[in-house]
Amino acid sequence: MPSEAAQEATPTTSEVTLRVLRYTPGKDEEPHFEEYAVPVDPMDRVLDALHYVKWHIDGSLGFRRSCAHGICGSDAMLINGRNRLACKVLIRELPSVINVEPIKGLPIHKDLIVDMDGFFASYKRVMPFLVNEQVPTDKERLQSPADREKFDDTTKCILCAACTTSCPIFWPDNSYIGPAAIVNAHRFIFDSRDTAAADRLEVLNGATGVWKCRTTFNCTNACPRDIDVTTAIQQVKRELIFNRI
Amino acid sequence: MAQATPTVRGGTHGGAGQPRGKVSFYRGGEGMVTWVLHRVTGVAIFAFLFAHVLDTSLVVVDEGLYNGVIETYHSPVIRLLEMGLVVAVLYHGLNGLRITLIDFWSQGAARNTMMMRVQHVLFVVLSLGAVIPMGLATIQEITENGII
Repeated sequence: MPSEAAQEATPTTSEVTLRVLRYTPGKDEEPHFEEYAVPVDPMDRVLDALHYVKWHIDGSLGFRRSCAHGICGSDAMLINGRNRLACKVLIRELPSVINVEPIKGLPIHKDLIVDMDGFFASYKRVMPFLVNEQVPTDKERLQSPADREKFDDTTKCILCAACTTSCPIFWPDNSYIGPAAIVNAHRFIFDSRDTAAADRLEVLNGATGVWKCRTTFNCTNACPRDIDVTTAIQQVKRELIFNRI
Repeated sequence: MAQATPTVRGGTHGGAGQPRGKVSFYRGGEGMVTWVLHRVTGVAIFAFLFAHVLDTSLVVVDEGLYNGVIETYHSPVIRLLEMGLVVAVLYHGLNGLRITLIDFWSQGAARNTMMMRVQHVLFVVLSLGAVIPMGLATIQEITENGII
């Protein structure tokens, strides 16, 4: 926390230039940047600046957001060249010119809104739910803390697509299942209560699965929940190499 | 999606046959830089091997032609390219070892930063160890024989 003196020295409002990549199908021939001068408080987030544009300058600006507090994962965007959640990036962390673009590799619906159908189709392929064919008893399926720890990191995913759309393999090849789907497969593959790990590994062992990963670590760096995505992908690879044969 | 929609792909906006906008690069970290360099050096090494197979195959076509082509290997420009080849092979090989360790060593991903540092220190030391003697030999050759 800055000291009171530092807080007093910080101007309450300043102005940033928000450069937003705009595109409206049927109207624009190609995506193009439009600039907006936005008055901001240093503690504002990029999402606040986008709200200002939409509410005070141009109501036609399209972007997704729901909870606006880093939980729902709706507002992943390419902010100054990196995938971030607009609701988690403070203006004061950025230069006075801020570029905002849609996440890469997915078709643009309008402005910053992309078509997530392909992303969620990949997610569904890994069966992101607990599978256990055993007859339920009247007791809980108990799990040791050590077994729970194995997939603790990957339970944090909010499906914002920041990881998948930061991957240079995914950009030209949407058939790659992508880091987010692998993370969510990992969450159940290593769950001691689940019985469908083999089915998920079958999907991930295919031509569109984990072997397309080139370990650039972009996904790990982009994750707003600090999930160690590359480690999760590598654990799935190692499971295929050493334990599945 | 039934309708054609523009796509933002790999640094450029718009896929094949779709609207294109300004080029926009993703600001990846060291991992992305090494991935790009791995590909660039891989293509360079392939190009050399392709040319090398061609010039070596000349020996079964015409001995004089083969000798003439091999003679050009003594030119300073080719010597410079040879140094570049050594550097490319070293980078590609060392980076490949790191990637292999990430895949096969359980601590590989967690220790990536450390491995990347070791890789680049080794790369610089080995590159200098190779390029300095090659450069000195080329300079001596030019001094003694002039530029061929």
